[in-house]
Amino acid sequence: MTLYDLYVLSPYVAVAGIAILVILLDLAVPRNGPLGKWLLPVAAILGLAGAMALSLFQLYDLPETGHLLVDVEPVSILLGSMSVDRFALFFNFLVLASAALVIIASSEYVQQMDRFRGEYYGLILFSATGMMLLASATELITIYISLELTTLPLAALAALLMTARSTEAGMKFLIVGALSSGVMLYGMALVFGFTGSTTLEGIAASLAAPASQDVPFGSYAVLVGFVLMLAGFGFKISAVPFQMWVPDVYEGAPTPVVAFLSVASKAAAFAILLRVLFTGFFDVSLEWGTLIAILAAASMTVGNLAAIGQNDIKRLLGYSTIAQAGYILVGVAAGVKSTALGLDLPEYAGIGPNSVLVYLVSYTAANLTAFFAVIAISNRLDSNQIDDYSGVARKAPILAAALALGMIALIGVPPTSMFIAKLYIFTAAVDSGLAWLAILGVINSVVSAYYYVRVIKVMFLHQPASPAPLGAPVASSVAVALSGAAVLWIGVAPGFILRMAETVSVALGG
Amino acid sequence: MVTGFSGLLTATVFLPAAGALAILLLGKSDRLVRWFAVLVTAVDLALSLWLFAAFDRAEGAARFQFIDRFPWIPGESLNASYFLGVDGLSAPLVALTGLLGLCAVFASWHIQMRVREYFVWLLVLQTAVMGVFTSLDLLLFFLFWELELVPLYMLIAIWGTGRREYSAMKFLIFTILGSAFMLVAIVAVFLTPEVGTFDMVELSTPGTMLGSAALLLPIGGLFWLFMVAFAVKLPVWPLHTWLPDAHTDAPTAASVMLAGVLLKMGGYGILRINLGMFPEQTVEFAWVMVTIGVISILYGAVVTLRQTDLKRLIAYSSVSHMGLVMLGVGSVGVSQGELTITALNGAAMQLFTHGTITGLLFLSVGLVYERAHTRYIPDLGGLAGRMPVVAVAFLIAGLASLGLPGLSGFVSELLVFLGAFRAYPIPTALAVLSIILAAGYILWMIERSFFGERRERFADIKDASLVEAVPLALLVITIIGVGVYPFILTDLFRIGLEPMAGLLNGGG
Repeated sequence: MTLYDLYVLSPYVAVAGIAILVILLDLAVPRNGPLGKWLLPVAAILGLAGAMALSLFQLYDLPETGHLLVDVEPVSILLGSMSVDRFALFFNFLVLASAALVIIASSEYVQQMDRFRGEYYGLILFSATGMMLLASATELITIYISLELTTLPLAALAALLMTARSTEAGMKFLIVGALSSGVMLYGMALVFGFTGSTTLEGIAASLAAPASQDVPFGSYAVLVGFVLMLAGFGFKISAVPFQMWVPDVYEGAPTPVVAFLSVASKAAAFAILLRVLFTGFFDVSLEWGTLIAILAAASMTVGNLAAIGQNDIKRLLGYSTIAQAGYILVGVAAGVKSTALGLDLPEYAGIGPNSVLVYLVSYTAANLTAFFAVIAISNRLDSNQIDDYSGVARKAPILAAALALGMIALIGVPPTSMFIAKLYIFTAAVDSGLAWLAILGVINSVVSAYYYVRVIKVMFLHQPASPAPLGAPVASSVAVALSGAAVLWIGVAPGFILRMAETVSVALGG
Repeated sequence: MVTGFSGLLTATVFLPAAGALAILLLGKSDRLVRWFAVLVTAVDLALSLWLFAAFDRAEGAARFQFIDRFPWIPGESLNASYFLGVDGLSAPLVALTGLLGLCAVFASWHIQMRVREYFVWLLVLQTAVMGVFTSLDLLLFFLFWELELVPLYMLIAIWGTGRREYSAMKFLIFTILGSAFMLVAIVAVFLTPEVGTFDMVELSTPGTMLGSAALLLPIGGLFWLFMVAFAVKLPVWPLHTWLPDAHTDAPTAASVMLAGVLLKMGGYGILRINLGMFPEQTVEFAWVMVTIGVISILYGAVVTLRQTDLKRLIAYSSVSHMGLVMLGVGSVGVSQGELTITALNGAAMQLFTHGTITGLLFLSVGLVYERAHTRYIPDLGGLAGRMPVVAVAFLIAGLASLGLPGLSGFVSELLVFLGAFRAYPIPTALAVLSIILAAGYILWMIERSFFGERRERFADIKDASLVEAVPLALLVITIIGVGVYPFILTDLFRIGLEPMAGLLNGGG
């Protein structure tokens, strides 16, 4: 390992290092002093800021090729296993920013826990490391390890409360996660067996070479492997039909953990999905665009219909996130222009991956806004039932306004970030000949308005049970304000994000 | 490409929103908030009247004036700009919005519950409507179109009466469904090869507009996607069912804004987008529009006859009157030269006059309901003696609504019937029957609620206070003024509509 390798890895090392440091600090510093109260979150945020600074430095240090590890002498040990390019750095920023916001928003929540405080922050940071690695991984084993590094801390976090529900959530997440990893690993083994490579580039080259057609049943085996891998990713992005764990885990796990799970984990899973599909399997003579489109249609419809009857705000957001995964899959499916004849190679449509990136940023901002408000409100009400949110607008106007903003954004109403994102994603779909999917998506958005607006209705229209003001904790208000500002900023001036997505998706090499 | 930035239009559109923000941040006492809202909407009315007056009517003047434009989302993938401007069609509607915005604030004087919040929503609503009338970029148009949803939902659901939550939700779902269709159409227009723009001016100029060339969806499909969105808003049969509920349960000011300007967004959209961007399809499907229009006119009028709730009655009469807009636009189906302009002018006039007349009706009913605590017509009666000012205003509005010459309603109805008759004689003749029905329901309503036997329990009812009389007076003046001297509006509408009519005759 050279010094240059260390430089390439520095953001990842920084986050993992601060995770260990936070856990150690928790042991050393007395819990209930003023120092103990704020030291851990501040240290964690400083570490994340450091990693962000390193990523920013790397972004400006990127050579013409757009990839830090190409043409390095001596040859890096990392070569082929990961690619630190604009795509990876984009997700570094997204994951780091959402981790920092989640830590800010959960500081009050964590202060109420009488143990595991250091572990809480440490596990979040470890999971964030996994997500960042996942976005840069270009090799199957690295993908698998990064995915496990992402998932295992989250399973522990889900069970952190040690109540019956929380333990159940953690257990469910662990078992389903292990199952999906197993399925995915089997798929990877098949792909490796029939292409002879574990790197995405090697797989792409092998699939493109005519020799791969000579192996008996070769192309079918690769197909099976590909579909199994897709199933594995399906669990992580909570797409139908791999969504059944979502409502229970969302309901039982600590709310800040769910917030983190619903945005950062999803974003990282979509990052690797894009990478695998567009770098590794783009030339597969399977019309996977159609397959993804069907998953998208099912996720949107099932998620939205199931959300309508929910009475628990976290379950509602859980079903909402399934539907949102469906919308994002629309953008993934729109990455290829399907061709009329099966023999032709699909044509790359760059606007599809662009729209996914824009959507992920917009969704992260909107969903975090909603979740941060839910964390603060539910914590004070001591209830997750939507009916108990009656009249919250009077008791905590800022938090209620933030939750309303999040809900309006998730519907996709302008001038919020999600309007631009949905517009872009549906534009991409129509552009790649998936007009039916875009229309289904628009209809789904209309359906979703019903349950999102219901939350607003309860908060603003109904009378509160007791008029006592809830108050808004400073940290939550800061987190809500930051994410809410991002929602509006992207909604009003989306040019920056759109341009960024255009430069980032080039790294996928279409 | 049209460029420029004068800032006047931006100020007109965003002044109410800025006022809302100021109220949100600084509003302490309810009294102060009310007067501040008056100030904001009065200044906004002054600005919109200035636009109306300063609009260059000379021959050869630019079609769109007071342009404010800068790139909003530059790039290939979503090439949108912030693009505001008014032409002869939108300038009067902006003035109407300014006028009714001020009236709505005065009509909200009695609101006691959550005053600050109420005025914030009311002012945001005004910005949204102003934005719809002035946007010349499809994406911006859609943004303002959607911005109106939340304020009106809140106004109905929080400050409304009766089944307010149900009505508000019904309004919301209908409108979102309509705008979803519109969004698909906007995306499809943008993605049409060789188009790649949201610029509504280019899209309605020969040479740069949508041909019948390779489109993602058939061009007739696009026409109908837009049409559904606007027909829900207008509303016409059979998409009108949300309107009576929303009107009946909305607070007075929301009713005034809803009937006065929000419905006009639908009519404006049909003229600006369906007619302006799809002239050939407008001609092709004119018979459908005429049919729907006539059904709305007659069905609305017949159903109105059966209503016993004052607000519901006015709401159904709106369905009937908005059918006239559809009939006026539909009459372009048969080419008939100068009369085409007449019919379109009638449709545009109907938007304006119906806005003022219905606004006045709802204001008066609001005052009645506030004092008598009922809108049930059989329970009312003999109010004219107790509240003469309100009664006179209501009488004028009613007479204008049934088309009495000398009042503004007459002008627009006459123009529509005159323009449509040669093109579609039998449907127009049927539609004219609605005047008789209108005379029936209006006179009946006035007679039963304001005249007749004086009721003992209304003995201590007071007339409109000075603050309440101001908006009544403003609208009465407008109705009589336009009725006596309609040229002030028809002149401007003609300037706006001639380029569109030109597309029809020139073969688009």
